[in-house]
Amino acid sequence: MAQQKNLDGYVGFASLPNQVYRKSVKRGFEFTLMVVGESGLGKSTLINSLFLTDLYSAEYPGPSHRIKKTVQVEQSKVLIKEGGVQLLLTIVDTPGFGDAVDNSNCWQPIIDHIDSKFEDYLNSESRVNRRQMPDSRIHCCLYFIAPSGHGLKPLDIEFMKRLHEKVNVIPLIAKADTLTPEECQQFKKQIMREIQEHKIKIYEFPETDDEEENRLVKKIKDKLPLAVVGSNTIIEVNSKRVRGRQYPWGVAEVENSDHCDFTILRDMLIRTHMQDLKDVTNNVHYENYRSRKLAAVTYNGVDNNKAKGQLSTKSPLAQMEEERREHVAKMKKMEMEMEQVFEMKVKEKVQKLKDSEAELQRRHEQMKKNLEAQHKELEEKRRVFEEERANWETQQRLEQQKLEASRTLEKNKKKGKIF
Amino acid sequence: MLSHIIAGCLRFSWWRAFASGIQRKFFGEGVRAVPLAGHVGFDSMPDQLVNKSVNRGFCFNILCVGETGLGKSTLMDTLFNTKFEGEPTQHNQPGVTLKSNTYELQESNVRLKLTVVNTVGFGDQINKEDSYKSIVEFIDTQFEAYLQEELKIKRTLHSYHDTRIHACLYFIAPTGHSLKSLDLVTMKKLDSKVNIVPIVAKSDAISKSELAKFKIKITSELVSNGVQIYQFPTDDESVAEINSTMNSHLPFAVVGSTEEVKIGNKMVKARQYPWGTVQVENENHCDFVKLREMLIRVNMEDLREQTHTRHYELYRRCKLEEMGFKDTDPDSKPFSLQETYEAKRNEFMGELQKKEEEMRQMFVQRVKEKEAELKEAEKELHEKFDRLKKLHQDEKKKLEEKKKSLDDEVNMFKQKKTAAELLLNQAQQAGGSTTLKRDKERKK
Repeated sequence: MAQQKNLDGYVGFASLPNQVYRKSVKRGFEFTLMVVGESGLGKSTLINSLFLTDLYSAEYPGPSHRIKKTVQVEQSKVLIKEGGVQLLLTIVDTPGFGDAVDNSNCWQPIIDHIDSKFEDYLNSESRVNRRQMPDSRIHCCLYFIAPSGHGLKPLDIEFMKRLHEKVNVIPLIAKADTLTPEECQQFKKQIMREIQEHKIKIYEFPETDDEEENRLVKKIKDKLPLAVVGSNTIIEVNSKRVRGRQYPWGVAEVENSDHCDFTILRDMLIRTHMQDLKDVTNNVHYENYRSRKLAAVTYNGVDNNKAKGQLSTKSPLAQMEEERREHVAKMKKMEMEMEQVFEMKVKEKVQKLKDSEAELQRRHEQMKKNLEAQHKELEEKRRVFEEERANWETQQRLEQQKLEASRTLEKNKKKGKIF
Repeated sequence: MLSHIIAGCLRFSWWRAFASGIQRKFFGEGVRAVPLAGHVGFDSMPDQLVNKSVNRGFCFNILCVGETGLGKSTLMDTLFNTKFEGEPTQHNQPGVTLKSNTYELQESNVRLKLTVVNTVGFGDQINKEDSYKSIVEFIDTQFEAYLQEELKIKRTLHSYHDTRIHACLYFIAPTGHSLKSLDLVTMKKLDSKVNIVPIVAKSDAISKSELAKFKIKITSELVSNGVQIYQFPTDDESVAEINSTMNSHLPFAVVGSTEEVKIGNKMVKARQYPWGTVQVENENHCDFVKLREMLIRVNMEDLREQTHTRHYELYRRCKLEEMGFKDTDPDSKPFSLQETYEAKRNEFMGELQKKEEEMRQMFVQRVKEKEAELKEAEKELHEKFDRLKKLHQDEKKKLEEKKKSLDDEVNMFKQKKTAAELLLNQAQQAGGSTTLKRDKERKK
């Protein structure tokens, strides 16, 4: 449908990326990061190291310094700025996770929190009057695995299985400076094997057309899950000031890629894939939530034969519209049918009436004919009778006359006219 | 390295003030601004975002509204340095139709899916009252398509081809006097639906002094009629100055041409007249360069944003309100999509059932009426025949009487006849004996 057109000169829309850049800087950015793991795995320290700030300080103590009984979900918001770019960073902490003796369902408050953020977004998106929609959805979940060196704990597997379709899960090996490189390799292999075995979908780096980038992505994929070390202290090593952990036997440097995968995590999380994490959250996880939520609404109360198991691609409004149309068609059909039945019954009755009328008419005609016939018969009889009588009377008269005549003759004879 | 230094400087002095200002203004309570101890790297976020957009490609839709012959197609060709489809149209169109064509353009690594929509037959009819209707309908249809996609249960908004009109170039005929009433009516109908950029077409027909007066007249007419045209945004410091300057040059007076003429030692786009050559890209000759700068090079993204956040939202709000949706007031429970949909649906099903019931009732009524009618007819029929029957019976009775009287007469006659015969016989016997005597005597 769209045609390729060649341009004969510079038009200027190549500046569109700059326009987009400009507007995005003006708007500012938001990012919400969730950290999950047992206490003492260095979560807060890692966040401080990642963002080079004292998110958790004496003034604002991190969750590990506070007493907690059940799994809490806590948010801290900070505004950070760099190079003219402003980022509203929200860190969601989950103190108490995995710390109880019985940890069944300790993931539930977390799932509820993620869902409630989706719900908020869905509601604000569905308002009639929509304003600025703040995006507080969880864009990424860093899951801290204890560096046991053996494999994933049942809790780890359970948690990731339940959350991998709701949020981008990035598993990390915490406190990796307790593992030697070989142990670390083994551990990583074991974890990845178990992840695949349980069909857990951790966050995947997208493929690009750029070969260079793809090579980098492949390198990262080989190192998953990333083994990280965090530190709040700056130490001087070889006259360089670095973040690290001081041991009697040396310094484990946070940003040294030979020591741990921290820089890979930082580069991936912040410098290259932050936008992609947001996009996947928006286009995949949120859409899944939304379609499931809306499907439940639409099919509430509707015949389930057509709705069973299938998510329609229609919106609830379109659904209602279709139902309305169906209903109108049904009513029309019903009206037509009723009309037909009505007409038929009327015709029947009218026909019956007509028949009845015809019958009566016929009988009436019959009777009339009958009477007329009788009339005629009577008239004939009378005529015959009259004729007979007339004849007889005439005859009588003649006889009488004859008799008179003969009597007279007799009389005359008797009188003397005897011959 | 540089960014480190800058970050360092920024870190303390005005940053804190600035940040807390922003913090209070935008993010309310609970947000603190914290300084960074080094380069974190999120300043690449805009680049990440830009890379994604470039990979996805951009899309832009322009609508050209104007009478036939004002050079709409030529201007598009000139703006985009290419030859788009289309034959020049005649003036005999019965109504206004909209023709849309989509093109894939590329400039360095930026891909643009450009859709050009032309109004065919605008201003040609004798009665132009409905001219704006098909334009409004077209714009609404694009909004509706987007709304439907947005409301679907399973949707793919990120790969949706946006067909909403981002800019409407309104071509004003270069009369030099004022706007035509058709122009005012149309622009008034469109100003809440699309970004209107009015331009004076074929402005090489107007002299410089007339043009200045013309522009002033047009602007004042637009203002006095409350027509909202698109203003180039002045909120972003980097472009505020140029945008506000350009705003004062509106409406742009343009000339379009795809023909090239040699001026000096360059080939430039121009229109050649006996008295001189009008150079399209010469800012002294016309505002073409300004238009291109504003429309494409500086504010294309803003036009798209305005369309989405203002015009589309307005359409959406009206549409939803029309269907009976509303946000619950802020003091009560927060708005729940589910509940609204369910409530709406129940209401709607109730209505349908009511309608069904009404129809049924109506039929029951009709049946009753018809039955009564037919019963009435039946009664009449029976009455009629009862009357006839009575008549018959009367007739029969009369006939019987007549019969009886005849029979009486016949009997009487018979009696008479018998009596008479008896007499005759007696008489005959007597006479016969007389005759016999006579005959006997004769014989003696």
